[in-house]
Amino acid sequence: MANLNNGVESNVTQTQPLWLLAEITYRCPLHCAFCYNPTDYADYTKNELSTDQWIKVLRDARKMGALQLGISGGEPLLRDDIEDIVVEANSLGYYSNLITSGVGLTEKRIDAFKAGGLDHIQLSMHDITEEISNFVTDTSTFKLKQKVAAMIKDRGYPMVLNVVIHRYNIGHIKEILEMAEALGADYVELANTQYYGWSLINRNQLMPTKEQIDEAEKITNEFREYIGNKMKIFFVVPDYYAERPKKCMNGWGEVFMIVTANGDVLPCHSARVLPDMNFPNVQNNNLNEIWYDSSSFNKYRGDEWMKEPCRSCSEKENDLGGCRCQAFLLSGDAEAADPICTKSPHRHLIDQALEDSKNEKLQAQPIIFRTDKNSKELINGEHKDRLKDFKAMP
Amino acid sequence: MTQKINNADVYKIAAHHRFQWEEAQNCYVILFPEGMVKLNPSGGEILSLVNGENAVADIISSLNEKFKDAGDISNDIISMFEFALEKAWITKI
Ligand code: SF4
Ligand code: SF4
Repeated sequence: MANLNNGVESNVTQTQPLWLLAEITYRCPLHCAFCYNPTDYADYTKNELSTDQWIKVLRDARKMGALQLGISGGEPLLRDDIEDIVVEANSLGYYSNLITSGVGLTEKRIDAFKAGGLDHIQLSMHDITEEISNFVTDTSTFKLKQKVAAMIKDRGYPMVLNVVIHRYNIGHIKEILEMAEALGADYVELANTQYYGWSLINRNQLMPTKEQIDEAEKITNEFREYIGNKMKIFFVVPDYYAERPKKCMNGWGEVFMIVTANGDVLPCHSARVLPDMNFPNVQNNNLNEIWYDSSSFNKYRGDEWMKEPCRSCSEKENDLGGCRCQAFLLSGDAEAADPICTKSPHRHLIDQALEDSKNEKLQAQPIIFRTDKNSKELINGEHKDRLKDFKAMP
Repeated sequence: MTQKINNADVYKIAAHHRFQWEEAQNCYVILFPEGMVKLNPSGGEILSLVNGENAVADIISSLNEKFKDAGDISNDIISMFEFALEKAWITKI
């Protein structure tokens, strides 16, 4: 991008944690088939940080320049101190966002959030049909989500809807957008499933076809034309059908910092899958040192760590070699090019996955929903057949 | 889709957007759901005067006065308004 683009500062790379994501709890009443939380999350549901510890995290990150705060999970509303955290975030000058399934959002709580200065609420929705919405979340939450949407609108919040797209709802894009319009949504994120965590072990069940994605994108573009500026629609393209990987997290340790429920600090959601990594914890280390000096944050910064074909690739600035977690989970080599890339020697793994997702026998395997029970079973070595293609537990 | 900016128009920062000075980055930023933009000094200077009271003409004359040495910057200011409007960072009152 040009330097002088109408008042917008040029894109200088200077690592600074502008986005702080607080994955405040891994507990969740929903059991989404595509949940991006780690499949072994059951190991991390204890030892959650206390309110005071979170407040310290917010203060320290703000001093380092953090501006956008996402309060996420699991379901953050399972904690009863979100109100205090919101007040602190507001007084520190964050633009704060509660990322929720809607379960647990009562009139009383939303009023407290409004009074406390929470800037917006991002609500996950799944489909226009109760049947599919309840199926993919493995709960009866469809009606409640509709109610919560109305409550968010009623309090004057910007209505931000996040819809994860997969085989079960991709045929309903138009209806989903119409529902969003009817709810008065200001922003809609149609996020094609990214295959990490639970969605990776359910990949054969969730992956849509290329034709379905092209059709969904076409419908989205037509809807954009029609609705104009009134509702902003983001269509997050799925990387499996692309020829180049995405610039994961906008670069490792560049602008995103994730603090997990127990205080581990990660450069991306799924970084725990990587081998030989020792992620620092806010209970023992200072956030500033973690970001700037820790070996884990420095390991994949920039392009020093790359090997071929990335090292000498003319396009490396565009994607920085893609996602480290995807590279490792699929190829077993954390320094390899993301297998999405057609220059990667592992691209055949992606093509195979796309073939598998058309295989009716594999499609028919049951979804392993995100539940404590399933997480424990996976930790205990069950469901081996569903993990066999991956070099670590996703 | 550039909309025309008139001298008498009064703008404010759009709903759900926040404009603030950032000490850590030494610049103005505009924050909104799902995003943020760091503004360059002139962009920030202009938006800092968009407060729901100043008309475009007031902002132009006050900035022309402040940056006398830069010559007439009226057109730059107008194009910043057009850009901000297109991005939906500001709305007309
Ligand atoms: S994706 Fe579903 S199961 Fe996972 S944290 Fe979000 S609401 Fe809970
Ligand atoms: S070879 Fe590596 S750097 Fe080049 S486009 Fe592929 S993933 Fe990106």
